[in-house]
Amino acid sequence: MNKIFETPLYPYSRSADQDAEAPVRHPVVIVGAGPVGLAAAIDLAQQGVAVVVLDDNDKVSFGSRAICFAKRPLEILDRLGCGQEVVEKGVVWNLGKVFFRDRRVYDFNLLPEEGHRRPAFINLQQYYFEDFLVARAKQLAAEGAPIELRGGSRVSSVEDRGTHVALTVETPEGEYALEADYLLACDGAGSPVRSMMGLDFVGRVFEDNFLIADVRMEAEFPTERWFWFDPPFNKGQSALLHKQPDGVWRIDLQLGWDIDKEREKRPENVIPRLKAMLGEDVAFELEWISIYTFQCRRMEKFRHGRVIFAGDSAHQVSPFGARGANSGVQDTDNLGWKLRLVLEGKAPDSLLDSYDDERILGADENIMNSTRSTEFITPKSEISRIFRDAVLDLAEHHAFARPMVNSGRLSVPAIYDGSPLNSPDALPGGPARSRPGAPCPDLPLAEGYLLDRLGDRFVLMTVDCDAPERLEIDGIPVTRLALSARDDETGALRDRYLGEASAACYLIRPDQHVAARWDSYDEAAVTAALHRAIGKGEKA
Amino acid sequence: MTKLCLDPNIDRPDDAYADLMAAHEGLSKPESDALNARLILVLANHIGDRDVLRQALEVARGAQPAE
Repeated sequence: MNKIFETPLYPYSRSADQDAEAPVRHPVVIVGAGPVGLAAAIDLAQQGVAVVVLDDNDKVSFGSRAICFAKRPLEILDRLGCGQEVVEKGVVWNLGKVFFRDRRVYDFNLLPEEGHRRPAFINLQQYYFEDFLVARAKQLAAEGAPIELRGGSRVSSVEDRGTHVALTVETPEGEYALEADYLLACDGAGSPVRSMMGLDFVGRVFEDNFLIADVRMEAEFPTERWFWFDPPFNKGQSALLHKQPDGVWRIDLQLGWDIDKEREKRPENVIPRLKAMLGEDVAFELEWISIYTFQCRRMEKFRHGRVIFAGDSAHQVSPFGARGANSGVQDTDNLGWKLRLVLEGKAPDSLLDSYDDERILGADENIMNSTRSTEFITPKSEISRIFRDAVLDLAEHHAFARPMVNSGRLSVPAIYDGSPLNSPDALPGGPARSRPGAPCPDLPLAEGYLLDRLGDRFVLMTVDCDAPERLEIDGIPVTRLALSARDDETGALRDRYLGEASAACYLIRPDQHVAARWDSYDEAAVTAALHRAIGKGEKA
Repeated sequence: MTKLCLDPNIDRPDDAYADLMAAHEGLSKPESDALNARLILVLANHIGDRDVLRQALEVARGAQPAE
């Protein structure tokens, strides 16, 4: 067993807040030190917003859980200062094989586009992901950033009092009261904060059970994603084999609905299933077994006054396509800079409503995609199974059917089309992929990558177009990043930011999403676009 | 938008119909269902245009021609 599960990372220790005469007020309190809560905390602390994270536990999560981290969350981690560690530890994969019954029907290669710092995906156990985030949080704290992790601290009451949120925190030494300007509920699918506030969480339950087994083996399986539909060793169901670091393999077996979970989880029942799959002579050791069911659902709104939900507490998806932790980290990316501007008094509180506009769009996209994958992997009617099997049969010999095979679609970030923060596209002939609302595509520069030069602040990125080096609009600095197509050796700048245009000027938000773009610099237009991007624009 | 063709469009329709029947000859019900599903997917890909496919779905679901 990996020692990482037993090591307390932020053990309970008495806080001065517990001995204060009156409840102490913090700008932001975060409930939950999972991937989402930690990412939010690091983001805010890095931007100078004081943050306290409360968690009833003090260790990383048990078992591998989320294991696929997509490119966009890795780029966000770069901005948070720990992307490199995560990518170095992770397993990069591009090749996938799809099997139907006893035949291999086709292989796919993700063939990631060149000229991006980060790969399309890495596999990494959630506990490592959390461990790197905790290390980064501690490093920031050691450098004097305002970030505090309080373990052994369970929130037992939450009340939005209009001017602030009042909390009760239970500790091994009794309870104490705490206040926050804003509370972020990153406390997972079963969110106690959501229950305490009596909020709804409706959606669709999928009547199926999946067995997850993490096994350690020194087998010669390649670093590929193998997916089986209706394999001989798990008839009528599906199976997945995926590599994680440290010689650990994730095996996922669909079990069906009507099963005895306790019985299925016993090693004496799991081991024969795995032997049937891996071969009788493959030696392996079980590291973690879990049975899960899942639901696709979301809260009607993620923001409730001064309490804001992020990650699984706000939305839940099926695991196919790795959209849980990935979308949660993207929630925090969207929220961090908005919260900072509101707390600094530079943007109206209504800017936080745009978190709902933008991230509900993201959640709906994820729910749609993961629901479609679920329908394909576990057909729920006779006719859907007939069509699913027809697609798989045809895929073996005919290229046209392969794009319909859906064993989980790659998680890609949402483009915030229609967001109230966007300004109309004013770059004729500009590429669709970098339109207002889109996350900036990465790009190789003469030195390093584009995304490492963006983030945490507003940037005016110019391509062969004059503009001031620095602007200040309503107390918000905007710095220029000047690029030129003359230095664009790979053609990626033209492809990703110019399209048919010969010059371009982009206003880029602190979360690296495009707010506005033009074919030339115009101070009045940039000022209006910035106003709009911080929630001061007229309602559309 | 391309309009779905609903006028007679197949040369020697009796032959085409006979081909369809012949393809199902001797198949069990599950085999026929599978063949139909493959056929729909093959034809849908050939058509390609999702507007046309949506119109076809409407007709198949019993929609009457608009006057």
